[in-house]
Amino acid sequence: MVTESQVWDALAEIPDPEIPVVSLVDLGVVRDVAVEDGTVRIDFTPTFLGCPALEVMRDVMAERVRALGAEPDVRVVLDDSWSTDKITPGGREKLRTSGFAPPAPRSAGTTTSLVQLNSSAFRCPYCGSTDTKLENLFGPTPCRSVRYCNACRQPFEQFKTI
Amino acid sequence: MSEKVQKIVEIADDELILGWRDSEWTGIAPSLEEDVAFSSIAQNEIGHARALYELAARELGTDADTLAFDRDPGEYLSAPLVEERRMDWAHTIARHFLYETADEIRLAALKDSDDAEVAGLAAKMDREEQYHRLHARMWRDRLQDEPRFVDALEELWPAAVAVLPEELRPQMSERLQLDLPSNSLLRGFERGSHSEELRPLLDEMTMVRRSVPGATW
Repeated sequence: MVTESQVWDALAEIPDPEIPVVSLVDLGVVRDVAVEDGTVRIDFTPTFLGCPALEVMRDVMAERVRALGAEPDVRVVLDDSWSTDKITPGGREKLRTSGFAPPAPRSAGTTTSLVQLNSSAFRCPYCGSTDTKLENLFGPTPCRSVRYCNACRQPFEQFKTI
Repeated sequence: MSEKVQKIVEIADDELILGWRDSEWTGIAPSLEEDVAFSSIAQNEIGHARALYELAARELGTDADTLAFDRDPGEYLSAPLVEERRMDWAHTIARHFLYETADEIRLAALKDSDDAEVAGLAAKMDREEQYHRLHARMWRDRLQDEPRFVDALEELWPAAVAVLPEELRPQMSERLQLDLPSNSLLRGFERGSHSEELRPLLDEMTMVRRSVPGATW
């Protein structure tokens, strides 16, 4: 009989399809795991709704549960309960060491302004300088922006805060 | 179709059709940054459409793809504003700015919905949309003194107002400091009317699905 902690361990090994250095558990998108009569229910929140990796994530989770000998029931929770603040500290560190600046914390109740994004509060994941500028709000996937570090002259990807 | 489902499908159709139109800039936008921006916005709008269709499909006992692709053009509930084929850059930015303004007002109302699922999804969408709005406002600020942009805003204003249900229109007028158009100016732009561009768009969008019914990939 499979246990919840076995399921969590298995899910922690699934890499994000777009950013394989972090796992689905690092991203905080697995909200709950419950085992009942050989069925494993996983509650899962998408990151960005426009993320093309969502279906891959769903399918891989189901596959891993089957590999543990249980029947998967992956439920997609479409509510507002996930934000980039749910990325774990370990996940943030993995992002940084791979050249993705982790998201800034969400300031409660306020939305991000262009002035904030143009400010120099964003740290380069390569050299640590805050002398960086916004190059493009949009990047290769919906969750990322593109910034440039004036100090080490390195473009880098910044996780958007949502 | 209940009032709730109708409202969800209206927004889903807007996002699907506009997402398709935005993607027409992929590869040919005026700069590489805008190529990436419009492609990313397009992807996100279509993601929103998918989430909304899934919600509506559950209530209607069907699935999201059937709702998105298998209806007749007359059954779509999109607003004519989003249906116009790719226009020049001034009109593209004017439509983007006007649509995002209307969408913000509409989502704010939806976030207060009594239906927890609808309110939750609206809140999630709204958070992502803030990046679309930042992008639209940045361009509005840059172009606001350009005559071509000013003319485009004026031309598209009635169609943009018609994106919203009547009770939310005064907010749009107040937000942009523009007078609400008269009923005669709104004719042809109200939801339920469709631009001549919708049918060719749907023909193109559903070509693969129609050619191999039931295919999966």
